[in-house]
Amino acid sequence: MSAMSQAEAILTARHLNKTYSQRSGRFGFGHSQIKALDDVSVSLHAGSTLAVVGESGSGKSTLARCLLQLQPLDSGEVLFQGRDLAALPASELRAERRHIQMVFQDPFASLNPRMKVGDIVGEGLLIHQLGDAIEQRQKVLQMLKRVGLTEADMQKYPHEFSGGQRQRIGIARALVLEPKVVVCDEPVSALDVSIQAQILLLLKELQQEMHLSYIFISHDLRVVRHIADEVVVMHQGKIVEQGKVDDIYAAPTQEYTRNLLNSIPGRKAMAVATH
Amino acid sequence: MTELLRMEGLTVAPAASPSVLLVNDVSFTLDSGKTTCIVGESGSGKSLTALSVMGLLSRQLKRLHGKVIFQGQDLTTLNNEQMRDIRGKRIGMIFQEPMTSLNPVLTVGYQIGESLTVHLGLKGQALKARIAGLLEQVGIPAGRANSYPDELSGGQRQRVMIAMSIACEPAMLIADEPTTALDVTVQAQILKLLDELKSRMNMGMLFITHDFGVVADIADNVVVMFRGQIVESGPVADVLHKPQHPYTQALLACVPDAEGKKPLKPIDYAWLNEERAA
Repeated sequence: MSAMSQAEAILTARHLNKTYSQRSGRFGFGHSQIKALDDVSVSLHAGSTLAVVGESGSGKSTLARCLLQLQPLDSGEVLFQGRDLAALPASELRAERRHIQMVFQDPFASLNPRMKVGDIVGEGLLIHQLGDAIEQRQKVLQMLKRVGLTEADMQKYPHEFSGGQRQRIGIARALVLEPKVVVCDEPVSALDVSIQAQILLLLKELQQEMHLSYIFISHDLRVVRHIADEVVVMHQGKIVEQGKVDDIYAAPTQEYTRNLLNSIPGRKAMAVATH
Repeated sequence: MTELLRMEGLTVAPAASPSVLLVNDVSFTLDSGKTTCIVGESGSGKSLTALSVMGLLSRQLKRLHGKVIFQGQDLTTLNNEQMRDIRGKRIGMIFQEPMTSLNPVLTVGYQIGESLTVHLGLKGQALKARIAGLLEQVGIPAGRANSYPDELSGGQRQRVMIAMSIACEPAMLIADEPTTALDVTVQAQILKLLDELKSRMNMGMLFITHDFGVVADIADNVVVMFRGQIVESGPVADVLHKPQHPYTQALLACVPDAEGKKPLKPIDYAWLNEERAA
């Protein structure tokens, strides 16, 4: 995949700024400003995975939401295939959204408990009016089978599935639209390590098959090492360091990154264990 | 090195359906000044095992068999009042979520002091001095005794929880996923703190986790649980580097390494079931 990093950028963010105001002080009588994104620029190459890592409050999830235009920016531009999403009229933005999908962290909270799985996965096709009812059903079925579910599962409700299966449903919902970019916000953090491995492998396979580009938000540096081609390290709304995953893990140039990597639990012992 | 805790054949099931064994014939020992990690996936029974030591199983669950021998005394024969004298005084406990375990309307100093008053009868200046000492031991300025939990960060709250749990200098500490909710750098600090306290106070630590990386950092001995049973146990170096049981091998194979050298391999449960049947 490293050969693909030469490919052109499919999604580029330039000088993103976003400030939240927050209640502070005892009983919340004060106000303070939090810079969630402070002049952040990233670019995602077609067919590759860009991981955004950082601790809680570093601004990584805000970055994900701003890239998708789920939150308005204070300033900056997000170019998708050369068009600035922030400047598009609402109707055109909605059309573009088909190409930029999201997989969420919590497989329990991100699926509507009152909808059947077939309807959840098919909803995007309905909204974007892709194909007639028969074609849509066919696409949904195909996608569900691809992520490891069955035709019978279409008639079931989310509560009938385990966490790992729900995450498969979430992935099917995002990918049935055949998007170009998928933003994954901590997609495996809530899962057991064996399920986590399944989902990571599935994401990698689908990336190859469908030529997807991933933005992968995570706090888990071990997972990032496995899935990413490039890494952006964020801290307090700023980018501390970015580059190829091999380079940054082998020779971080910033103290903050070094500290982060040294904090990976069992780093030395587990490295020996795997030989 | 003295034996602190010996679990013998612990078996736990729902009171309503006693044939479903959530914890099945679990036995292990813990020595003073050592750390035993119980590691397993969700539903493996690791937390129920920890709660059973304290006699804190929910009412829907029942301990069918098993002894919990702590400092030579079988805790399962004690009544509630006798257990209350052991919880918090001779066995401390830390939970995963520092925010839900602390009372939001009381200062952290008050909450640390509670067990000192109840168990040791400390009051006034002596109590204040002891609280200040405890806070410093866990790396929080003594002045923060008057702070409320919401004024502290996640890591600081977990430090307060640790100060509470070691307040009466217990012989044993049970830590149930104490760093799971924390950032990775904070996690490293808390693990270091727990390890130091364990050595300094010669405590035995029973540490519950799902993360083999954490196990590698903190454990002396490891107990691997799968579907309520112990599949493998032994010194940490043996279990990590020479796992004997197919489940341990499979679980280790799906932990991503920090070097990215190892291909991930999910657990093949069908194969594992055949292995178990054989």
